[in-house]
Amino acid sequence: MKVLVAVKRVIDYNVKVRVKADQSDVDLANVKMALNPFCEIAVEEAVRLKEKGIAEEVVVVSIGPKAVQEQMRTAMALGADRGIHVETDDLPDSLAVAKLLKGVVEKEQPQLIILGKQAIDSDNNQTGQMLGALTGMPQGTFASKVDVDSNTVSVTREVDGGLQTVKLQLPAIVTTDLRLNEPRYASLPNIMKAKRKPLDTLTPDDLGVAVKRTVKVLKVEAPAERSAGVKVADVAELVEKLKNEAKVI
Amino acid sequence: MSILVIAEHNNSELNPATLKTLSAAQAIGGDIDVLVAGDGCQAVAEEASKIGGVNKVLCASNAAYGHFLAENLGTLVAELGKGYSHILAPATTTGKNFMPRVAALLDVAQVSDIIAVESADTFKRPIYAGNAIATVQSEDAIKVITVRATAFDAVSAEGGSASVETVDAAHASDKSEFVGEELAQSERPELTAARVVISGGRGMQNGENFHLLEKVADKLGAAVGASRAAVDAGFVPNDYQVGQTGKIVAPELYIAVGISGAIQHLAGMKDSKVIVAINKDEEAPIFQVADYGLVADLFEVLPQLDQSL
Repeated sequence: MKVLVAVKRVIDYNVKVRVKADQSDVDLANVKMALNPFCEIAVEEAVRLKEKGIAEEVVVVSIGPKAVQEQMRTAMALGADRGIHVETDDLPDSLAVAKLLKGVVEKEQPQLIILGKQAIDSDNNQTGQMLGALTGMPQGTFASKVDVDSNTVSVTREVDGGLQTVKLQLPAIVTTDLRLNEPRYASLPNIMKAKRKPLDTLTPDDLGVAVKRTVKVLKVEAPAERSAGVKVADVAELVEKLKNEAKVI
Repeated sequence: MSILVIAEHNNSELNPATLKTLSAAQAIGGDIDVLVAGDGCQAVAEEASKIGGVNKVLCASNAAYGHFLAENLGTLVAELGKGYSHILAPATTTGKNFMPRVAALLDVAQVSDIIAVESADTFKRPIYAGNAIATVQSEDAIKVITVRATAFDAVSAEGGSASVETVDAAHASDKSEFVGEELAQSERPELTAARVVISGGRGMQNGENFHLLEKVADKLGAAVGASRAAVDAGFVPNDYQVGQTGKIVAPELYIAVGISGAIQHLAGMKDSKVIVAINKDEEAPIFQVADYGLVADLFEVLPQLDQSL
């Protein structure tokens, strides 16, 4: 089967973000960018399916300016076979991304589509579910285990009270949670090989999608700072302060 | 303005997150209807009808909704939601699962995880693991919103006398089916609703040592949480995880034990009223957000804490 994996270029998860002085956005100039951690897990899962002989081809797709090709090459170095870049001026919102992905799905006809559960920049947790609604496909979100059969996939999902297992008819959508797998590192030879893998570029027009944004960001602020705390010397002082000063126990 | 709030429940009782979501709905203002969809959920609908300020309760009881599968619930909510200006659900794993499907079916964007209502179309939400707060304005005719429960106070569960209407629509997708679930058993308060939370990290060294936390938790009536490191190391199940990708908590007292305080963990607990950090590394970032910090070995401190409570 063919597996399609959607990946996003985001700020590296170790970077402490700063809000711009004019409160228009966070400052992304000269900040290290990377593959969204959940997308990395999605690529890893697809590559493992290929290694097990379940998937024949792993296609990676990303939406955004030309710079996203850097992260697509990373995904190809991890084992994806080829890439589709849908070029847009900036990063569209989840609904537009889902519509663009639907266009790619119609062209490629994958049996399984894997996305991360959320991107660590916008923290939306929407795209996979929206793509499910638009394509009429079933969804297995927050997956910590994926078992693919001939025409179904069993997905164990991380839910608030524990774990839930659902069985979905293929073609289906899976979004990855942290515990699905441990992504591999790209080796230098694979990074070199990835440079020669095919990468096609499409535009929203090619897919017949008009990209518009209905939710506007008015302002981005830093969260309220916590006032500096104190260090206590021992347990007795801690308990005393919690009882008499903070009055929480 | 008319608002539809999707109740979160387990077919026998309402989840407190629903009462907090109703508080966000009241801040928007307008008539508030509550949808209780599930299987054999009439008692929950009755419970919802007694909540103060609720106009009407819609009860959709059908086997198709018993396990809250997104395919079925999403279709139902999108159909019922057409006549409303706002559709709200708590940002739990259930709400996060079906609500974006609702938004896409209605061809509108979704505003996820709001922490404040500025006006009927303007909301605040955290981005970048809570390191920035965005104020966003939605131009969509129907606003599909998930609500961060810890950011709102619960409305009173009593004082209302709404009518209960039965909804017959049965949307059963043949593309997805519930197979089973493994729910963690715990007698302690639920993590997201607890007044006190005590969490352990990699510094706990193993799962056995979590009983040291549990003893203190029992004295304080606290819930036990964990950092991702402790979950990944297999010390405790994943539903203990507090952080950007786990649960968001905001208790009155949060005690972090053997947790360094990575950005992703802070995202899940830094709105707690009082934070206590116990760590032997005095350079640990957790001390930057802690109101009270104790630099000491947790294996000495926890038994002392247990005794002094």
